[in-house]
This record gives sequence, structure tokens and C-alpha cells, in this order.
Amino acid sequence: MIEPLLDIHGLRAGYRRSVVLQRVDLAVQEGQVVALLGRNGVGKTTLVHAIMGLVQPSAGSIRFGGQELSGRTPDQISRGGIALVPQGRRIFSRLSVEENLRLAHRSRDGRHDLDSVYELLPRLYERRRHRGRQLSGGEQQMLAIGRALLANARLVLFDEPSEGLAPKAVDQIAGLIAGLREHGLSALLVEQNLHVALSLADAVTVMTKGEIVYRATADVFRADPETARAFLGVG
Amino acid sequence: MTTPAVGAALPGFLNENLVSILNGLAVGMLLFTMAVGLSLIFGLMDVLNLAHGAIFLLGGYVAYQVIVKEGQSWLVGVAVAVAFGAVAGLALGGILRPIRHRGHLDQALLTFGLAFVLADLATIFWGSDFQSIPSPVFLQRSVEVLGQFYPAYRLAVMGVGFALAVVVYLVVERTQVGAVLRAAVEDRAMVSALGINVGRVMLAVLALGTALAAFGGVIGAPILSLSPGVDAEVLILALIVIVIGGLGSIPGAFVGAIVIGQVQSLGIALVPQAAPFALFGAMVIVLAVRPEGLFGSR
Ligand SMILES: Nc1ncnc2c1ncn2[C@@H]1O[C@H](COP(=O)(O)OP(=O)(O)OP(=O)(O)O)[C@@H](O)[C@H]1O
Ligand SMILES: [Mg+2]
Repeated sequence: MIEPLLDIHGLRAGYRRSVVLQRVDLAVQEGQVVALLGRNGVGKTTLVHAIMGLVQPSAGSIRFGGQELSGRTPDQISRGGIALVPQGRRIFSRLSVEENLRLAHRSRDGRHDLDSVYELLPRLYERRRHRGRQLSGGEQQMLAIGRALLANARLVLFDEPSEGLAPKAVDQIAGLIAGLREHGLSALLVEQNLHVALSLADAVTVMTKGEIVYRATADVFRADPETARAFLGVG
Repeated sequence: MTTPAVGAALPGFLNENLVSILNGLAVGMLLFTMAVGLSLIFGLMDVLNLAHGAIFLLGGYVAYQVIVKEGQSWLVGVAVAVAFGAVAGLALGGILRPIRHRGHLDQALLTFGLAFVLADLATIFWGSDFQSIPSPVFLQRSVEVLGQFYPAYRLAVMGVGFALAVVVYLVVERTQVGAVLRAAVEDRAMVSALGINVGRVMLAVLALGTALAAFGGVIGAPILSLSPGVDAEVLILALIVIVIGGLGSIPGAFVGAIVIGQVQSLGIALVPQAAPFALFGAMVIVLAVRPEGLFGSR
């Protein structure tokens, strides 16, 4: 079997006073969307940040495209082909929509440039002169995703893209990610909205207290609602 | 707004205080060259660079050495001093790097210590007498302003300071480099996650800020005279400027500099007995009305 695009082994990471991730093993194959589920505070964002280089692992390995990422800085990891759609969107509120996007546009050669992103997200084109803080939640999430697309990354990390959005916006964002998936998106998708996660993922993993405790294909997971109840506390 | 009585009184007031007002503007523009860097560095790096005043003073001394001692032209003096300022900023970045995750206090203490070292070095090299740089020959004359004569050099300082403010503002607000800077002020980690080497951006801003301070020291030298103590004096004034204007804001630094320039000059001319506390009074009034400063957003 060929090596997964993202391959994490025995990852241990956390913050000064607490180890959050105990021993995480996780893989994302090229062209695959892997959903990562888990209750609040189990360490999903910490994992995403460790992959992005925003949190320093204390043990284990993170391999991406065959290369070790531990010890690299976030900007190196970004240029190496991983993009982040962060929890809470974190768009630059004082920059215009267009400035937000231009900031993210690194390489000239790639599938996405400013025009293609505007074509995909016409709403952003309409609002390109507005400041980030003037956008609605759904628009901000589109901008965060547009920013990630402009990186022309090989892997996108989505951290709860539907969080805090109105139902209509949730559908829009889910539709957008579904469209990207048709074009061969590889992604790790942290998502608490089970419906959204299952509609987008090829595989599902569940995290409790800093460890992956369950993994299955999305189909198997769907047929097994007991597991969802047990790990996630949802019905 | 103005009643007819005040309107009629204004020309008389202007007439009597024109020189104070103009002096205040010149001092304000000098303070701006200091404050803008201090403010940008703080906004981006969360570091209050207490060595900024020492770099201002040293910039002046370096230019003094080049222009007065070595007999070089003003242009050469400015270039060498600005280069010195930039290098000092890069060195400061290197020194701050190992403690970048420590708190404000550690960083402030380090720059504070550095300020002492630099000021002592200046005294060793240039002594403790007042030193001055004569203004460029073509500016050694007076110009008529609203019927009164005023040194051309000081008008030039105002013009340069104003031009500098416009350029810095346009670069920060209208260019891609400026967008990176504004984004990094807001969310450094996210900027790095977009593939931008934020460390390099911070070094560039540090170098730019300290180069501006050194430049301020040069153009200030013919007005202020260089001597030990000037470093602390301008540092405190610049700190008050950015507190009044709002930390991290360029328009704030500009307006704050003009306000403090006027308090220093016009205020003290009008109410001499208020001199000891006019500065802090101005600061207290602004902070009581707008705790985040005139242009602050935090
Ligand atoms: N910067 C930080 N410093 C210290 N502890 C942190 C930090 N960020 C998160 N934590 C702690 O680490 C643990 C895991 O947090 P994390 O954000 O990774 O969880 P999460 O699964 O993403 O939660 P959520 O679903 O709420 O987003 C929590 O106990 C949290 O309080
Ligand atoms: Mg999270």
C-alpha cells in the first residue's frame, strides 16, 4: 500500500501545563476526506494545530507527503502544502475581503487564483471591498475557505466549519466542501455536526481525551448508531 | 462653533503665539519619528522597546560624528545614522528572540537595560557636553510665516515629518506589505499558517522603527542638542504620545505627537506654572475620556 498523504504516529502534544494529545495515530489518504469527531475539549483543535505547526509535539511523528513535519514552522508547513480553515474562522477583521485573499495567495502556479475563487464564491466578489468584520458568519467562513483554497494546498484542515452558523449557511458551506471533494479534495474535517460530517467524509474517526478511540469508513459508521451514542453523546 | 468674539480674538492669539505653535509642530514631528516606530513595534510584537530613546540619541551622535567631526555632508550623515538605526533594530531582534515567549516585563526589562548600555556607550564616545549639528547651509535662514520670521530648518523638519507620516500611512494601509503587517497585528499565528514568515516581518518592522528613531535623532540634533538624558526625555514623550494616540495606530501616533508637541510648547508658553504636570495632565484627560487612546481599538 502506498504511504498515506498524512500519516500521524504516536503523537503527543499539549500546552505548558497539560498534555492534551496522549498518543494519536491518524492517516489521511490522498483524495480522502477523514472526519474527526469528538466532544468539546477532547483535543481536536490541538491535533489540527500540531499538524499545522502551531503547537509543538513532544513525541511521535507527523509525516506529510513522505516528509517529517515535526519541528517545522507553520509558514514552512503551509508552503509545504497544508492549508488551515481554523476554528472560529479567524479572518482578518480589519482587512478587506480582497486583502484577506491576496495575503493567502502564495504560488502563482496552482488550480486556484483570485479569479477562480471569486467564480466559486461570487458572494465574496460582491463583498470584496468590505472589511472582514462586516461579513456575516457564513460569508466569513467562505472567506476562510477561499483563503485556504488560494494556498493551493494538497491537504486542507477544516476545524469545525459549520460551528455557529445559521442552518442555511451550514448547508452552503457543506455544499461548498462537497463540491471541492468532487474535485479530489484531501482533508481532515473536524466537525461536531454529525449530519454534515457524514455527508462529506469517506472515513470517520472519533477522539476522546486525546486519543483516537474509533475509526471506520463512513458507511460502517452510519450503520452503527450505537457507537455514535457511546462516544459522542448524541443520538 | 467659534463665536464672533473668539473669531475676532484668534488673529491676535495667533500673532502672539505663532512661534510657540510652530515650535510645537516641529517638536511634534520629531516625536512622531520616534512614536511611529515604537507604536508599530508594540502593535506587531507586543514589545515596548524602551531602548528607542537611546537609538534616537545615538542616531544623532552618529550623524554628529559623520557631519561635524568627519566633515561629511548632511546626506551622508543621515544615511549612516539611518543605517545604524536599522542595524540596531536587527540586533535588537536577535537579542529579543530567545525571550520572545516570556512576558512583557522580561522584554521591557531587557530593552530597558539595553537603553542604559547604549546611553553609557554614547557618553563614553561623545562625552556629556551638549553637542549640536548645524543645520544644512541652504536651510540656515529665516522664512516669513504669517508676517513673522521663523527658521527654515524647523519648517523643513515639519515638512519631512509630515511627509513621513503620509508615506508610512500609505504603505501600511494601501500595500500588500502593509496588509501583512495589519494582519499580523491582529493574528500572528494565522498569518504564519498562511505561509508567511512572521519572524521576518517583525524584524523588518523593528529595523524600520529603529531606523526612523535614528533619523529623528539626526533631524532633531540642530533643534534639541545632544546630551545624556535626551534619550530618556524623548522616550517618555513618545510613550505619552502613543498612549494618547492609541497603541499601534499610525494616525494616533501622528495626532498624539502634535498634541504633545503643542502641550510642550504652546501650553507651557501660555500657562508656565502648569509646566511640571501639563504632559501627564494631557494624558490623564485623554485616558479618562477614551481609555484606548484617541485612535486605539483595543
Ligand atoms: N492555548 C492553550 N493553552 C492551554 N490549554 C489549552 C489551550 N488550548 C486548548 N487548551 C486545552 O486543551 C484541551 C483541548 O482543547 P482543544 O481546543 O484541542 O479541544 P477541542 O476538541 O478542539 O474542543 P472544541 O470542540 O471545544 O473546539 C482543553 O482542555 C483546553 O482547555
Ligand atoms: Mg476545537
